[in-house]
Amino acid sequence: MTTLSSKTAAPRSVSGWRSAQSKRAIIAVLGWSVALVIFFPIFWMILTGFKTETAAIADPTLIFSPTLESYQAVHARSGYTRFALNSVAVAFGSTFFALLIAIPSAYAMAFLPTKRTKGTLLWMLSTKMLPSVGVLVPIYLIFRDVGLLDTRTGLIIVYTLMNLPIVVWMLYTFFKDMPKDILEAGRMDGASTLQEVCFLLLPLTLPGIASTGLLSVILSWNEAFWSLNLTTSKAAPLTAYIASFSSPEGLFWAKLSAASTMAIAPILILGWMTQKQMVRGLTFGAVK
Amino acid sequence: MATLQLHNITKRFGDTEVIKGIDLEVNDREFVVFVGPSGCGKSTLMRMIAGLESATDGDILIDGQRINDVGPADRGLAMVFQSYALYPHMTVEGNMGFSMRLAGVPKEERRAKVLEAAKILQLEPLLDRKPKALSGGQRQRVAIGRAIVRNPSIFLFDEPLSNLDAALRVQMRIELARLHDELDATMIYVTHDQIEAMTMADKIVVLHDGVVEQVGSPMALYHHPRNRFVAGFIGSPKMNFLPVTLTGVSPDGVVIRLPGGGERSVPAEGQHLEANAPLELGVRPEHLVLDEQGPLSGQIKVLERLGGQTSLYVQMDDELITIMADGDVAYRVNDTVRFGFAPERAHLFDAGGLALQSLQQHPLAGLTRHDNRAPGSPSEEPA
Amino acid sequence: MTKTRASGRTVGGLRTLSLQAPAVTLLLLWMIVPLGMTLWFSFQYYNLLMPGMTGFAGLENYQYLLTDPALWAAMGNTLLLVGWVLAITIVGGTLLAVLFQQEFAGRGIARVLAISPFFVMPTVSALVWKNMMMHPSNGVLAWLAESIGLPAVDWFSSLPLTSIVIIVAWQWLPFALLILLTAMQSLDEDQVEAARMDGAGPVAIFFFITLPHLKRAISVVIMIEMIFLLTIFAEIFVTTSGGPGLATTNLAYLIYIRALLDFDVGTASAGGVIAIILANIVAIFLVRMVAKNLEE
Repeated sequence: MTTLSSKTAAPRSVSGWRSAQSKRAIIAVLGWSVALVIFFPIFWMILTGFKTETAAIADPTLIFSPTLESYQAVHARSGYTRFALNSVAVAFGSTFFALLIAIPSAYAMAFLPTKRTKGTLLWMLSTKMLPSVGVLVPIYLIFRDVGLLDTRTGLIIVYTLMNLPIVVWMLYTFFKDMPKDILEAGRMDGASTLQEVCFLLLPLTLPGIASTGLLSVILSWNEAFWSLNLTTSKAAPLTAYIASFSSPEGLFWAKLSAASTMAIAPILILGWMTQKQMVRGLTFGAVK
Repeated sequence: MATLQLHNITKRFGDTEVIKGIDLEVNDREFVVFVGPSGCGKSTLMRMIAGLESATDGDILIDGQRINDVGPADRGLAMVFQSYALYPHMTVEGNMGFSMRLAGVPKEERRAKVLEAAKILQLEPLLDRKPKALSGGQRQRVAIGRAIVRNPSIFLFDEPLSNLDAALRVQMRIELARLHDELDATMIYVTHDQIEAMTMADKIVVLHDGVVEQVGSPMALYHHPRNRFVAGFIGSPKMNFLPVTLTGVSPDGVVIRLPGGGERSVPAEGQHLEANAPLELGVRPEHLVLDEQGPLSGQIKVLERLGGQTSLYVQMDDELITIMADGDVAYRVNDTVRFGFAPERAHLFDAGGLALQSLQQHPLAGLTRHDNRAPGSPSEEPA
Repeated sequence: MTKTRASGRTVGGLRTLSLQAPAVTLLLLWMIVPLGMTLWFSFQYYNLLMPGMTGFAGLENYQYLLTDPALWAAMGNTLLLVGWVLAITIVGGTLLAVLFQQEFAGRGIARVLAISPFFVMPTVSALVWKNMMMHPSNGVLAWLAESIGLPAVDWFSSLPLTSIVIIVAWQWLPFALLILLTAMQSLDEDQVEAARMDGAGPVAIFFFITLPHLKRAISVVIMIEMIFLLTIFAEIFVTTSGGPGLATTNLAYLIYIRALLDFDVGTASAGGVIAIILANIVAIFLVRMVAKNLEE
């Protein structure tokens, strides 16, 4: 014991400081290398988007004359805007409805819990465990029969329900963190339930609600299973549009990169902004 | 004018009964403190009065009106929460005026009332701040201010000082007492701290396991605790308890045999007791006196010198006895000391923990906080 | 806990019910109806290309599926995919979390870069890897190999499943990192310092303090990844389409082939039931753990 501690205590001189300094430098180099390697494919994609098609398939190089021609081509020819609008409509539409349905539910669970509340929450979580492939066939057939295939409405319905459990859970954990005293003080001050929610709960949990909404937008935006299977062209969002580049005759790397960069940029930024709160939602509050 | 009556109030959470049939009377302008260890039901009782919990059984009456089914905002009460429960997104003014905003009071009137309350609490310079920018003591005052503007007939305080540091707590205690005089309102105050109860209350309600153990003035509780629990809970340091045996009963009191063999006569009612009944003797640390001729003795285990006073912890058989002695006593650890007590300062408890009634009423036992004031002081109301 | 529970007993009970009704009803429908239909179809003859052939099939769909070598290949691929990605992301994620927990210049930005792949939509990441990274002649990896004198690898023909594993692991490693890093930040610094006073070096601290602290977060990551990885679809759809042969066909892709390419609803539904059973085995553990978490 004593020998060990004296060993660590001894080099606390100038040399110890210097070795700590170099250790920190090594960690910095290591950390940055790992980060750059992981980020490289994204970086490369962004870069390729500014190349010509010929430059894109040439030997990898950082030196080239950047051009916007791929971006212009994507815009002009393939109707990128339509797919982007579909993505926006579907992601925000489903998020809006999910929040609308989830807020009253989460409010009740957090502030008016009953014996069944815990069970209900866990059951909601368990619906998330149902693999989409397991229910692909019936959903496809139902949608075909009621004319929801390849419609934004269809995707909005699916995404709303897909994200509802996560949204309820996340709101529930945010609402639970709100001191109950404040709502009670409001009630003592004469606030009705609606006033309680509008004047106290919503303003105070706005950051939580916003990050819940953003997570829902991100998940809907990036969802690829349902969008590939339930849409063909009219309502196809960006995930499906990008997938159309997979066909061999569509090997236009610069255009693929330009379109991809545009498709992921907004979500990448939203993701960076909400990473901390997302952990809560993605792990159902098990990790904070 | 506001009186409060509780009739047989009961509260059950599922199968557990937290409040077991409480009857209580709170008079107009009285400062009543609910005190008890955590989990005794004092906060639940207050929340039922506030209307934040419903009573499972029994009646709550304010000024004679049953208000069990009246909403919390319509009972004419205001509550100060332990956490203050300030609205973090509103300014001090917004916090204090929120109830009036909900009630649709016009802006100017709201502002006037807030200013009035702010003046009492010296909050005027802080009205535009958010709670985040306030110190603990200031937040506390805003919480009180929010209660004042509602002009309630009864104030409820739920452990309002427990989040403050010791120095601030003393200061707020004084301020609350002053506020009570100034507002002349009925106040109900919940605390687990018997010092707060002793210093502020007109009437203390000692609660334990959902039952009222005793109701009375601070001095009545100190000098004439009804049972062993109250005796142990009120007073600091805690009362010492020693097992003794009854040897005889006379009109002057009961004779008991102390551990170590000595006998003493204590002026207490013991006619109903049988000879040799086991009793418990209770003497407060400040009432034990070091005395070479004293009937009790033990070895000093720990000695705490506070300057003005010295606390001795003395081992007597299985008990560790606390003695508050003079600051200059010359004893050391492991010394053996003899000590005794004045019989009229002693309390006796029977096997069921009930106190034997004292034959001498303590002269201060009827005193309330208001009696400390000189007669004719400005806020003294003629009865 | 008890306090909150009781306040909403009488009036609250009704109010709770009505406020929760929309969410509960919708989710119930969303779960019960398709689930019931999947179960029903899995016992039916039902092929969209053969409208005449309908009726009760008994266990025939299952029998057909279970004796089909494609199912076992798909099961094997599913397990390999899940297993490898889990191993890579958990080990890598833990190590990276330790790395990014250290102070260094620009750590914030480095962290953000490292978690970015998680926010990239699966079709994009799959195509970027397939074309620009793993392309046998023009990809970055091929160029790297050639520049150090090694032969270029034709990833998707010679190592198809490995390629898929790499792509999926690249997407999910940031997820593990994100969760574990967050969990690590809740580690009590005093505990680490106490351990250091007790003579623990960095390695001992990692194994005796950090890892036990991360245990729950790691199991959460494992289970959530399993739920998603069991049904990986888009990455396969845009890169290999399940091939070559069945080399990269997993359960999800097999069901897709049966249902939307072969239009064999009955068999696809039987596959769906199998997938649901598999997922539920995992789910039971996850739900139980979250439930334990709710108690606290």
